[in-house]
Amino acid sequence: MSASTEPSTENRADNNFESVKHVILVLSGKGGVGKSTVATQIALGLQLTGKKVGLLDIDLCGPSTPTMLQLEDQDIHQCTQGWVPVFTDSSQTLAVMSIGFLLNNRDDAVVWRGPKKNAMIKQFIEDVSWGERDYLIIDTPPGTSDEHITVVENLRHRENVDGAVLVTTPQAVSVGDVRRELAFCRKTGVRVLGIIENMSGFVCPHCKECTNVFSSGGGEALAIETGVPFLGKHILCYGLLASKY
Amino acid sequence: MSDKPENAPEHCPGTTSEEAGKASSCEGCPNQKICTSGALRAPDPDIEKVKERMANIKHKILVLSGKGGVGKSTFSAHLARGLSCDESRQIALLDIDICGPSIPRMVGLEGEQVHQSGSGWSPVYVEDNLAVMSVGFLLASPDDAVIWRGPKKNGLIKQFLRDVDWGEVDYLVVDTPPGTSDEHISIVQYLSCTHVDGAVVITTPQEVSLLDVRKEINFCRKVKLPIIGIVENMSGFVCPKCKTESKIFPPTTGGAEKMATDMNVPFLGKLPLDPRIGRCCDEGKSFLAELPDSPAAVAYTEIIEKIILHCG
Repeated sequence: MSASTEPSTENRADNNFESVKHVILVLSGKGGVGKSTVATQIALGLQLTGKKVGLLDIDLCGPSTPTMLQLEDQDIHQCTQGWVPVFTDSSQTLAVMSIGFLLNNRDDAVVWRGPKKNAMIKQFIEDVSWGERDYLIIDTPPGTSDEHITVVENLRHRENVDGAVLVTTPQAVSVGDVRRELAFCRKTGVRVLGIIENMSGFVCPHCKECTNVFSSGGGEALAIETGVPFLGKHILCYGLLASKY
Repeated sequence: MSDKPENAPEHCPGTTSEEAGKASSCEGCPNQKICTSGALRAPDPDIEKVKERMANIKHKILVLSGKGGVGKSTFSAHLARGLSCDESRQIALLDIDICGPSIPRMVGLEGEQVHQSGSGWSPVYVEDNLAVMSVGFLLASPDDAVIWRGPKKNGLIKQFLRDVDWGEVDYLVVDTPPGTSDEHISIVQYLSCTHVDGAVVITTPQEVSLLDVRKEINFCRKVKLPIIGIVENMSGFVCPKCKTESKIFPPTTGGAEKMATDMNVPFLGKLPLDPRIGRCCDEGKSFLAELPDSPAAVAYTEIIEKIILHCG
Protein backbone atom coordinates (compact mmCIF):
# COMPACT_ATOMS: atom_id res chain seq x y z
CA MET A 1 0.00 0.00 0.00
CA SER A 2 1.56 3.31 -0.97
CA ALA A 3 1.52 6.28 1.41
CA SER A 4 -0.76 8.25 -0.89
CA THR A 5 -3.71 5.81 -1.06
CA GLU A 6 -5.01 6.61 2.44
CA PRO A 7 -4.80 10.02 4.09
CA SER A 8 -2.71 10.03 7.30
CA THR A 9 -4.66 10.48 10.53
CA GLU A 10 -3.51 14.07 10.90
CA ASN A 11 -4.33 14.97 7.29
CA ARG A 12 -7.69 13.23 7.51
CA ALA A 13 -8.57 15.14 10.69
CA ASP A 14 -7.57 18.41 9.08
CA ASN A 15 -9.46 17.58 5.87
CA ASN A 16 -12.59 16.63 7.76
CA PHE A 17 -12.53 19.80 9.79
CA GLU A 18 -11.30 22.21 7.13
CA SER A 19 -14.62 21.94 5.33
CA VAL A 20 -16.46 23.30 8.41
CA LYS A 21 -16.68 27.10 8.47
CA HIS A 22 -17.91 27.73 12.02
CA VAL A 23 -17.77 25.55 15.14
CA ILE A 24 -20.00 26.37 18.11
CA LEU A 25 -19.94 24.50 21.42
CA VAL A 26 -23.07 24.28 23.58
CA LEU A 27 -22.01 24.05 27.21
CA SER A 28 -23.40 24.16 30.72
CA GLY A 29 -21.95 23.24 34.05
CA LYS A 30 -25.44 22.06 34.98
CA GLY A 31 -27.32 19.02 33.77
CA GLY A 32 -30.87 19.12 32.50
CA VAL A 33 -30.95 22.80 31.53
CA GLY A 34 -31.65 22.06 27.89
CA LYS A 35 -28.23 21.89 26.20
CA SER A 36 -29.28 19.16 23.79
CA THR A 37 -32.61 20.85 23.11
CA VAL A 38 -30.88 24.19 22.45
CA ALA A 39 -28.16 22.55 20.32
CA THR A 40 -30.77 20.72 18.25
CA GLN A 41 -32.94 23.82 17.86
CA ILE A 42 -29.93 25.93 16.81
CA ALA A 43 -28.98 23.29 14.23
CA LEU A 44 -32.54 23.04 12.89
CA GLY A 45 -32.91 26.81 12.87
CA LEU A 46 -29.72 27.26 10.86
CA GLN A 47 -30.82 24.53 8.47
CA LEU A 48 -34.11 26.38 7.90
CA THR A 49 -32.16 29.48 6.85
CA GLY A 50 -30.50 27.43 4.14
CA LYS A 51 -27.24 26.64 5.88
CA LYS A 52 -25.46 23.28 5.80
CA VAL A 53 -25.16 22.18 9.41
CA GLY A 54 -23.44 19.45 11.38
CA LEU A 55 -24.52 18.42 14.89
CA LEU A 56 -22.00 16.48 16.97
CA ASP A 57 -23.24 14.93 20.23
CA ILE A 58 -20.33 14.17 22.56
CA ASP A 59 -22.50 13.17 25.53
CA LEU A 60 -21.40 9.54 25.53
CA CYS A 61 -23.32 8.37 28.62
CA GLY A 62 -26.57 10.13 27.79
CA PRO A 63 -26.81 10.75 24.01
CA SER A 64 -30.11 12.56 23.41
CA THR A 65 -29.66 13.81 19.84
CA PRO A 66 -30.78 10.71 17.91
CA THR A 67 -34.03 10.62 19.94
CA MET A 68 -34.66 14.34 19.58
CA LEU A 69 -34.28 14.17 15.80
CA GLN A 70 -36.14 10.85 15.49
CA LEU A 71 -33.06 9.15 14.02
CA GLU A 72 -32.75 6.30 16.50
CA ASP A 73 -32.84 3.49 13.97
CA GLN A 74 -30.08 4.98 11.81
CA ASP A 75 -26.58 3.51 11.38
CA ILE A 76 -23.20 5.03 10.69
CA HIS A 77 -21.26 3.96 7.60
CA GLN A 78 -17.58 4.17 6.68
CA CYS A 79 -15.98 5.90 3.72
CA THR A 80 -12.33 6.55 2.81
CA GLN A 81 -12.42 9.88 4.65
CA GLY A 82 -13.77 8.23 7.78
CA TRP A 83 -17.28 7.93 9.20
CA VAL A 84 -20.29 9.13 7.27
CA PRO A 85 -22.64 11.03 9.58
CA VAL A 86 -26.37 10.41 9.63
CA PHE A 87 -28.44 12.83 7.56
CA THR A 88 -31.89 13.93 8.66
CA ASP A 89 -33.21 13.93 5.10
CA SER A 90 -32.20 13.55 1.46
CA SER A 91 -31.05 17.18 1.23
CA GLN A 92 -28.16 16.20 3.55
CA THR A 93 -28.17 19.74 4.92
CA LEU A 94 -28.22 18.50 8.53
CA ALA A 95 -25.65 15.85 9.40
CA VAL A 96 -25.57 14.25 12.84
CA MET A 97 -23.08 12.16 14.78
CA SER A 98 -23.66 10.57 18.18
CA ILE A 99 -22.63 7.47 20.07
CA GLY A 100 -26.33 6.72 20.09
CA PHE A 101 -25.94 5.45 16.52
CA LEU A 102 -23.29 2.94 17.61
CA LEU A 103 -25.30 1.23 20.35
CA ASN A 104 -26.79 -2.20 19.62
CA ASN A 105 -29.68 -1.48 21.94
CA ARG A 106 -30.97 1.97 22.95
CA ASP A 107 -30.94 0.93 26.63
CA ASP A 108 -27.26 -0.15 26.59
CA ALA A 109 -25.24 1.77 29.15
CA VAL A 110 -21.88 3.17 28.07
CA VAL A 111 -19.92 2.46 31.22
CA TRP A 112 -16.57 4.00 30.31
CA ARG A 113 -13.90 5.74 32.31
CA GLY A 114 -12.31 8.95 31.05
CA PRO A 115 -9.55 7.60 28.76
CA LYS A 116 -11.99 5.57 26.67
CA LYS A 117 -14.38 8.52 26.43
CA ASN A 118 -11.50 10.75 25.35
CA ALA A 119 -10.52 8.33 22.57
CA MET A 120 -14.09 8.25 21.26
CA ILE A 121 -14.40 12.03 21.26
CA LYS A 122 -11.08 12.38 19.47
CA GLN A 123 -12.39 9.93 16.87
CA PHE A 124 -15.62 11.90 16.48
CA ILE A 125 -13.65 15.08 15.90
CA GLU A 126 -11.08 13.60 13.49
CA ASP A 127 -12.85 10.81 11.70
CA VAL A 128 -16.28 12.11 10.79
CA SER A 129 -16.48 13.15 7.16
CA TRP A 130 -18.71 16.22 7.57
CA GLY A 131 -18.32 17.51 4.04
CA GLU A 132 -18.96 21.18 3.40
CA ARG A 133 -20.65 22.59 6.50
CA ASP A 134 -21.40 26.21 7.33
CA TYR A 135 -21.83 25.35 11.01
CA LEU A 136 -20.90 22.50 13.30
CA ILE A 137 -22.78 22.57 16.62
CA ILE A 138 -21.22 20.46 19.37
CA ASP A 139 -23.57 19.29 22.13
CA THR A 140 -21.79 18.39 25.37
CA PRO A 141 -22.66 16.64 28.65
CA PRO A 142 -22.78 18.71 31.85
CA GLY A 143 -19.55 19.41 33.71
CA THR A 144 -15.96 20.45 33.22
CA SER A 145 -14.27 17.09 32.89
CA ASP A 146 -12.84 14.64 30.37
CA GLU A 147 -15.23 15.34 27.50
CA HIS A 148 -14.83 19.11 27.80
CA ILE A 149 -11.07 19.07 28.27
CA THR A 150 -10.64 16.68 25.33
CA VAL A 151 -12.88 18.57 22.93
CA VAL A 152 -11.21 21.90 23.76
CA GLU A 153 -7.74 20.36 23.40
CA ASN A 154 -8.60 18.93 20.00
CA LEU A 155 -10.11 22.19 18.76
CA ARG A 156 -7.52 24.50 20.28
CA HIS A 157 -5.31 24.98 17.23
CA ARG A 158 -8.17 25.25 14.75
CA GLU A 159 -9.16 28.57 13.20
CA ASN A 160 -12.83 27.84 12.71
CA VAL A 161 -13.97 27.66 16.36
CA ASP A 162 -16.24 30.63 17.06
CA GLY A 163 -16.83 29.87 20.72
CA ALA A 164 -19.42 28.55 23.13
CA VAL A 165 -23.04 29.20 23.97
CA LEU A 166 -23.77 28.59 27.65
CA VAL A 167 -27.21 27.38 28.70
CA THR A 168 -28.65 27.79 32.16
CA THR A 169 -31.98 27.71 33.92
CA PRO A 170 -32.79 30.69 36.10
CA GLN A 171 -32.35 29.31 39.59
CA ALA A 172 -29.25 29.94 41.70
CA VAL A 173 -28.26 26.27 41.86
CA SER A 174 -27.94 26.18 38.04
CA VAL A 175 -26.35 29.60 37.75
CA GLY A 176 -23.73 28.45 40.29
CA ASP A 177 -22.68 25.60 38.04
CA VAL A 178 -22.67 27.83 34.97
CA ARG A 179 -20.35 30.27 36.75
CA ARG A 180 -17.91 27.37 36.96
CA GLU A 181 -18.38 26.68 33.26
CA LEU A 182 -17.54 30.34 32.58
CA ALA A 183 -14.38 29.87 34.64
CA PHE A 184 -13.60 26.78 32.52
CA CYS A 185 -14.01 28.82 29.31
CA ARG A 186 -11.76 31.56 30.65
CA LYS A 187 -9.10 29.09 31.74
CA THR A 188 -9.13 27.16 28.45
CA GLY A 189 -9.41 30.20 26.17
CA VAL A 190 -12.87 29.37 24.79
CA ARG A 191 -14.70 32.52 23.72
CA VAL A 192 -18.18 32.80 25.25
CA LEU A 193 -20.67 33.87 22.60
CA GLY A 194 -23.41 34.32 25.16
CA ILE A 195 -25.75 32.89 27.77
CA ILE A 196 -29.24 31.54 27.17
CA GLU A 197 -31.69 31.41 30.07
CA ASN A 198 -33.84 28.36 29.37
CA MET A 199 -37.06 27.20 31.07
CA SER A 200 -37.63 30.80 32.09
CA GLY A 201 -41.28 30.43 32.94
CA PHE A 202 -44.04 28.00 32.09
CA VAL A 203 -47.17 29.20 30.32
CA CYS A 204 -50.18 27.24 31.51
CA PRO A 205 -51.86 25.79 28.40
CA HIS A 206 -55.25 26.21 30.08
CA CYS A 207 -55.27 29.81 31.36
CA LYS A 208 -52.05 31.21 29.78
CA GLU A 209 -50.72 32.33 33.18
CA CYS A 210 -46.91 32.31 33.22
CA THR A 211 -45.35 30.82 36.36
CA ASN A 212 -41.63 30.97 37.08
CA VAL A 213 -41.28 27.29 37.94
CA PHE A 214 -37.48 27.54 38.16
CA SER A 215 -37.38 31.22 39.23
CA SER A 216 -36.51 33.86 36.62
CA GLY A 217 -33.75 36.22 35.67
CA GLY A 218 -30.78 34.31 37.04
CA GLY A 219 -29.17 33.73 33.66
CA GLU A 220 -29.67 37.34 32.60
CA ALA A 221 -28.20 38.58 35.88
CA LEU A 222 -25.18 36.31 35.41
CA ALA A 223 -24.61 37.66 31.91
CA ILE A 224 -24.75 41.25 33.13
CA GLU A 225 -22.50 40.52 36.09
CA THR A 226 -19.84 38.76 34.00
CA GLY A 227 -20.00 41.01 30.95
CA VAL A 228 -21.05 38.18 28.67
CA PRO A 229 -23.71 38.75 25.95
CA PHE A 230 -27.20 37.69 27.00
CA LEU A 231 -28.78 35.83 24.10
CA GLY A 232 -32.27 35.68 25.53
CA LYS A 233 -34.83 33.87 27.64
CA HIS A 234 -36.62 30.80 26.45
CA ILE A 235 -39.82 29.70 28.12
CA LEU A 236 -40.88 26.11 28.71
CA CYS A 237 -42.85 25.43 25.59
CA TYR A 238 -45.46 22.72 26.14
CA GLY A 239 -45.77 22.01 22.42
CA LEU A 240 -42.04 21.50 21.98
CA LEU A 241 -41.80 19.12 24.92
CA ALA A 242 -44.83 17.11 23.84
CA SER A 243 -43.69 16.79 20.24
CA LYS A 244 -40.02 16.03 20.67
CA TYR A 245 -40.09 13.55 23.50
CA MET B 1 -14.78 -2.52 35.43
CA SER B 2 -11.93 -4.23 33.57
CA ASP B 3 -8.35 -4.36 34.89
CA LYS B 4 -7.03 -3.87 31.35
CA PRO B 5 -5.45 -0.42 30.99
CA GLU B 6 -6.38 1.75 28.03
CA ASN B 7 -2.88 1.41 26.54
CA ALA B 8 -2.76 -2.38 26.92
CA PRO B 9 -2.47 -4.69 23.91
CA GLU B 10 -5.49 -6.55 22.59
CA HIS B 11 -4.95 -9.83 24.46
CA CYS B 12 -3.87 -8.29 27.74
CA PRO B 13 -4.42 -10.93 30.47
CA GLY B 14 -5.40 -8.22 32.98
CA THR B 15 -3.21 -6.43 35.50
CA THR B 16 -4.41 -8.55 38.41
CA SER B 17 -4.02 -11.88 36.62
CA GLU B 18 -1.28 -14.39 37.51
CA GLU B 19 -0.10 -13.99 33.91
CA ALA B 20 0.24 -10.20 34.24
CA GLY B 21 3.45 -9.11 32.57
CA LYS B 22 4.37 -12.67 31.65
CA ALA B 23 1.99 -13.54 28.81
CA SER B 24 3.23 -13.41 25.22
CA SER B 25 0.87 -10.49 24.53
CA CYS B 26 2.67 -8.48 27.24
CA GLU B 27 5.79 -8.10 25.06
CA GLY B 28 6.24 -4.44 24.19
CA CYS B 29 3.46 -3.23 26.49
CA PRO B 30 4.51 -0.06 28.36
CA ASN B 31 3.06 -1.52 31.58
CA GLN B 32 4.95 -4.82 31.40
CA LYS B 33 7.56 -3.93 34.02
CA ILE B 34 5.05 -2.85 36.63
CA CYS B 35 2.86 -5.88 35.98
CA THR B 36 5.80 -8.27 36.35
CA SER B 37 6.69 -6.65 39.68
CA GLY B 38 3.36 -7.86 41.07
CA ALA B 39 2.57 -4.44 42.52
CA LEU B 40 -0.82 -4.31 40.84
CA ARG B 41 -1.92 -7.64 42.28
CA ALA B 42 -1.39 -6.46 45.83
CA PRO B 43 -4.60 -5.39 47.59
CA ASP B 44 -5.13 -1.62 47.75
CA PRO B 45 -4.39 -0.57 51.39
CA ASP B 46 -6.87 2.28 51.04
CA ILE B 47 -9.71 -0.19 50.53
CA GLU B 48 -9.06 -1.58 54.01
CA LYS B 49 -9.29 1.94 55.44
CA VAL B 50 -12.53 2.56 53.51
CA LYS B 51 -13.88 -0.69 54.92
CA GLU B 52 -13.05 0.46 58.46
CA ARG B 53 -14.84 3.80 57.99
CA MET B 54 -17.85 2.16 56.35
CA ALA B 55 -18.12 -0.39 59.16
CA ASN B 56 -19.51 2.45 61.32
CA ILE B 57 -22.24 3.19 58.79
CA LYS B 58 -25.37 1.07 59.00
CA HIS B 59 -27.12 1.92 55.72
CA LYS B 60 -25.73 3.29 52.46
CA ILE B 61 -27.96 4.71 49.73
CA LEU B 62 -26.77 5.99 46.35
CA VAL B 63 -28.92 8.53 44.50
CA LEU B 64 -28.41 8.06 40.77
CA SER B 65 -29.77 9.09 37.41
CA GLY B 66 -28.46 8.70 33.91
CA LYS B 67 -29.99 12.12 33.21
CA GLY B 68 -28.89 15.50 34.44
CA GLY B 69 -31.20 18.02 36.03
CA VAL B 70 -33.88 15.58 37.19
CA GLY B 71 -33.47 16.44 40.86
CA LYS B 72 -30.86 14.05 42.24
CA SER B 73 -29.25 16.64 44.51
CA THR B 74 -32.63 18.07 45.52
CA PHE B 75 -33.81 14.56 46.40
CA SER B 76 -30.56 13.65 48.18
CA ALA B 77 -30.69 16.79 50.29
CA HIS B 78 -34.33 16.25 51.23
CA LEU B 79 -33.87 12.52 51.82
CA ALA B 80 -31.06 13.35 54.24
CA ARG B 81 -33.15 16.08 55.90
CA GLY B 82 -36.17 13.81 56.11
CA LEU B 83 -34.15 11.01 57.69
CA SER B 84 -32.61 13.45 60.17
CA CYS B 85 -36.07 14.55 61.42
CA ASP B 86 -35.75 11.63 63.82
CA GLU B 87 -33.12 13.12 66.13
CA SER B 88 -32.02 9.71 67.34
CA ARG B 89 -30.65 8.99 63.85
CA GLN B 90 -27.24 10.12 62.67
CA ILE B 91 -27.24 11.02 58.95
CA ALA B 92 -24.35 11.60 56.54
CA LEU B 93 -24.70 13.23 53.12
CA LEU B 94 -21.80 12.76 50.67
CA ASP B 95 -21.74 14.76 47.42
CA ILE B 96 -19.52 13.12 44.79
CA ASP B 97 -20.52 15.47 41.97
CA ILE B 98 -17.01 16.89 41.66
CA CYS B 99 -17.66 19.27 38.75
CA GLY B 100 -21.07 20.53 39.84
CA PRO B 101 -21.36 20.27 43.64
CA SER B 102 -24.85 21.56 44.46
CA ILE B 103 -25.27 20.14 47.96
CA PRO B 104 -23.50 22.90 49.97
CA ARG B 105 -25.87 25.56 48.60
CA MET B 106 -28.94 23.34 48.97
CA VAL B 107 -28.34 22.70 52.65
CA GLY B 108 -27.33 26.28 53.43
CA LEU B 109 -23.62 25.55 53.89
CA GLU B 110 -22.12 27.44 50.94
CA GLY B 111 -18.77 28.96 51.85
CA GLU B 112 -18.08 26.51 54.66
CA GLN B 113 -14.70 24.82 54.77
CA VAL B 114 -13.52 21.37 55.77
CA HIS B 115 -11.33 20.98 58.86
CA GLN B 116 -8.70 18.35 59.51
CA SER B 117 -8.55 16.53 62.79
CA GLY B 118 -6.46 13.71 64.18
CA SER B 119 -9.07 11.23 63.06
CA GLY B 120 -9.40 12.57 59.51
CA TRP B 121 -11.50 15.18 57.73
CA SER B 122 -14.36 16.60 59.73
CA PRO B 123 -17.58 16.87 57.75
CA VAL B 124 -19.64 20.05 57.99
CA TYR B 125 -22.79 19.83 60.13
CA VAL B 126 -26.18 21.19 59.08
CA GLU B 127 -27.77 19.92 62.26
CA ASP B 128 -26.27 18.00 65.17
CA ASN B 129 -27.30 14.78 63.48
CA LEU B 130 -26.76 15.71 59.80
CA ALA B 131 -23.19 15.88 58.44
CA VAL B 132 -22.22 16.81 54.90
CA MET B 133 -19.12 16.46 52.71
CA SER B 134 -18.62 17.92 49.23
CA VAL B 135 -15.80 19.17 47.02
CA GLY B 136 -17.64 22.47 47.35
CA PHE B 137 -16.13 22.82 50.83
CA LEU B 138 -12.62 22.43 49.40
CA LEU B 139 -12.88 25.26 46.87
CA ALA B 140 -11.43 28.69 47.62
CA SER B 141 -14.47 30.21 45.91
CA PRO B 142 -17.83 28.67 44.92
CA ASP B 143 -17.17 29.97 41.37
CA ASP B 144 -13.97 27.95 40.97
CA ALA B 145 -14.20 25.34 38.22
CA VAL B 146 -12.94 21.84 39.00
CA ILE B 147 -11.39 20.92 35.65
CA TRP B 148 -10.29 17.38 36.38
CA ARG B 149 -10.05 14.25 34.32
CA GLY B 150 -11.33 10.93 35.62
CA PRO B 151 -8.32 9.68 37.62
CA LYS B 152 -8.16 12.83 39.76
CA LYS B 153 -11.90 12.69 40.44
CA ASN B 154 -11.56 9.02 41.43
CA GLY B 155 -8.75 9.95 43.81
CA LEU B 156 -10.91 12.50 45.61
CA ILE B 157 -13.85 10.13 45.88
CA LYS B 158 -11.56 7.54 47.44
CA GLN B 159 -10.24 10.19 49.81
CA PHE B 160 -13.77 11.13 50.83
CA LEU B 161 -14.52 7.52 51.69
CA ARG B 162 -11.19 6.91 53.40
CA ASP B 163 -10.57 10.14 55.28
CA VAL B 164 -13.91 11.65 56.29
CA ASP B 165 -14.59 10.92 59.96
CA TRP B 166 -18.37 10.55 59.97
CA GLY B 167 -18.43 8.71 63.29
CA GLU B 168 -21.28 6.28 63.91
CA VAL B 169 -23.89 6.84 61.22
CA ASP B 170 -27.31 5.28 60.60
CA TYR B 171 -27.72 6.41 56.97
CA LEU B 172 -25.16 7.58 54.40
CA VAL B 173 -26.78 9.22 51.36
CA VAL B 174 -24.47 9.62 48.35
CA ASP B 175 -25.42 12.22 45.74
CA THR B 176 -23.89 11.54 42.31
CA PRO B 177 -23.49 13.43 39.02
CA PRO B 178 -25.45 12.25 35.96
CA GLY B 179 -24.04 9.42 33.88
CA THR B 180 -22.37 6.04 34.09
CA SER B 181 -18.71 7.00 34.17
CA ASP B 182 -15.74 7.43 36.50
CA GLU B 183 -17.61 8.64 39.58
CA HIS B 184 -20.19 5.87 39.36
CA ILE B 185 -17.75 3.08 38.59
CA SER B 186 -15.46 4.28 41.38
CA ILE B 187 -18.08 4.67 44.11
CA VAL B 188 -19.41 1.18 43.39
CA GLN B 189 -15.90 -0.24 43.30
CA TYR B 190 -14.76 1.43 46.52
CA LEU B 191 -17.95 0.45 48.35
CA SER B 192 -17.81 -3.14 47.09
CA CYS B 193 -15.93 -4.06 50.28
CA THR B 194 -19.02 -3.14 52.29
CA HIS B 195 -22.80 -3.63 52.18
CA VAL B 196 -24.71 -1.07 50.11
CA ASP B 197 -28.48 -1.06 50.60
CA GLY B 198 -29.00 0.11 47.05
CA ALA B 199 -29.72 2.92 44.67
CA VAL B 200 -32.63 5.29 44.36
CA VAL B 201 -32.91 6.27 40.70
CA ILE B 202 -34.44 9.64 39.90
CA THR B 203 -36.06 10.57 36.62
CA THR B 204 -38.49 13.03 35.11
CA PRO B 205 -41.44 11.68 33.11
CA GLN B 206 -40.37 12.41 29.54
CA GLU B 207 -38.80 9.88 27.18
CA VAL B 208 -35.51 11.79 26.81
CA SER B 209 -34.96 11.27 30.56
CA LEU B 210 -36.24 7.69 30.63
CA LEU B 211 -33.83 6.85 27.82
CA ASP B 212 -30.88 7.76 30.03
CA VAL B 213 -32.42 6.25 33.15
CA ARG B 214 -32.91 2.85 31.54
CA LYS B 215 -29.16 2.93 30.88
CA GLU B 216 -28.57 3.73 34.55
CA ILE B 217 -30.74 0.78 35.60
CA ASN B 218 -28.72 -1.46 33.30
CA PHE B 219 -25.54 -0.04 34.82
CA CYS B 220 -26.85 -0.97 38.29
CA ARG B 221 -27.56 -4.50 37.08
CA LYS B 222 -24.13 -4.76 35.45
CA VAL B 223 -22.35 -3.80 38.69
CA LYS B 224 -24.81 -5.77 40.87
CA LEU B 225 -26.03 -2.71 42.73
CA PRO B 226 -29.53 -3.36 44.14
CA ILE B 227 -32.18 -0.87 43.09
CA ILE B 228 -34.34 0.39 45.95
CA GLY B 229 -36.65 2.00 43.43
CA ILE B 230 -37.44 4.73 40.91
CA VAL B 231 -38.75 8.18 41.78
CA GLU B 232 -40.53 10.26 39.15
CA ASN B 233 -39.72 13.90 39.88
CA MET B 234 -41.35 17.01 38.35
CA SER B 235 -44.31 14.77 37.73
CA GLY B 236 -46.94 17.43 37.26
CA PHE B 237 -47.47 21.13 37.84
CA VAL B 238 -50.57 22.72 39.33
CA CYS B 239 -51.10 26.21 37.95
CA PRO B 240 -51.46 28.60 40.91
CA LYS B 241 -54.07 30.61 38.97
CA CYS B 242 -56.49 28.07 37.49
CA LYS B 243 -55.46 25.07 39.66
CA THR B 244 -55.34 22.79 36.61
CA GLU B 245 -52.55 20.26 36.49
CA SER B 246 -50.19 20.26 33.49
CA LYS B 247 -47.57 17.70 32.65
CA ILE B 248 -44.69 20.09 31.94
CA PHE B 249 -42.51 17.11 30.98
CA PRO B 250 -45.09 14.95 29.23
CA PRO B 251 -44.90 11.18 29.82
CA THR B 252 -45.40 10.40 26.14
CA THR B 253 -44.08 6.84 26.62
CA GLY B 254 -45.85 6.11 29.90
CA GLY B 255 -43.53 7.85 32.34
CA ALA B 256 -41.44 6.31 35.08
CA GLU B 257 -44.15 4.07 36.47
CA LYS B 258 -44.47 2.17 33.18
CA MET B 259 -40.69 2.04 32.80
CA ALA B 260 -40.41 0.59 36.30
CA THR B 261 -42.95 -2.11 35.43
CA ASP B 262 -41.25 -2.86 32.10
CA MET B 263 -37.83 -3.15 33.76
CA ASN B 264 -39.13 -4.98 36.83
CA VAL B 265 -37.90 -2.46 39.40
CA PRO B 266 -39.92 -0.99 42.29
CA PHE B 267 -41.64 2.35 41.76
CA LEU B 268 -41.35 4.53 44.85
CA GLY B 269 -43.63 7.38 43.85
CA LYS B 270 -44.15 10.68 42.08
CA LEU B 271 -43.06 14.13 43.22
CA PRO B 272 -44.89 17.13 41.78
CA LEU B 273 -43.08 20.19 40.42
CA ASP B 274 -43.54 22.87 43.07
CA PRO B 275 -41.61 26.10 42.32
CA ARG B 276 -41.11 26.55 46.06
CA ILE B 277 -38.83 23.50 46.16
CA GLY B 278 -36.34 25.17 43.81
CA ARG B 279 -36.52 28.39 45.83
CA CYS B 280 -35.84 26.51 49.06
CA CYS B 281 -32.83 24.83 47.44
CA ASP B 282 -31.53 28.18 46.25
CA GLU B 283 -31.88 29.55 49.79
CA GLY B 284 -30.46 26.48 51.51
CA LYS B 285 -33.70 25.72 53.34
CA SER B 286 -35.53 22.46 53.89
CA PHE B 287 -38.75 22.35 51.83
CA LEU B 288 -40.01 19.65 54.17
CA ALA B 289 -39.63 21.99 57.16
CA GLU B 290 -40.88 25.15 55.39
CA LEU B 291 -44.01 23.65 53.78
CA PRO B 292 -44.71 20.34 55.53
CA ASP B 293 -48.37 20.16 54.47
CA SER B 294 -47.79 20.77 50.77
CA PRO B 295 -48.55 17.90 48.37
CA ALA B 296 -44.86 17.69 47.45
CA ALA B 297 -43.74 17.40 51.08
CA VAL B 298 -46.35 14.71 51.73
CA ALA B 299 -45.14 12.81 48.66
CA TYR B 300 -41.51 13.14 49.78
CA THR B 301 -42.37 11.79 53.23
CA GLU B 302 -44.15 8.75 51.76
CA ILE B 303 -41.18 7.95 49.52
CA ILE B 304 -38.69 8.36 52.38
CA GLU B 305 -40.74 5.95 54.48
CA LYS B 306 -40.60 3.36 51.70
CA ILE B 307 -36.81 3.75 51.56
CA ILE B 308 -36.52 3.27 55.34
CA LEU B 309 -38.67 0.16 55.06
CA HIS B 310 -36.45 -1.25 52.32
CA CYS B 311 -33.30 -0.67 54.37
CA GLY B 312 -34.83 -2.48 57.30
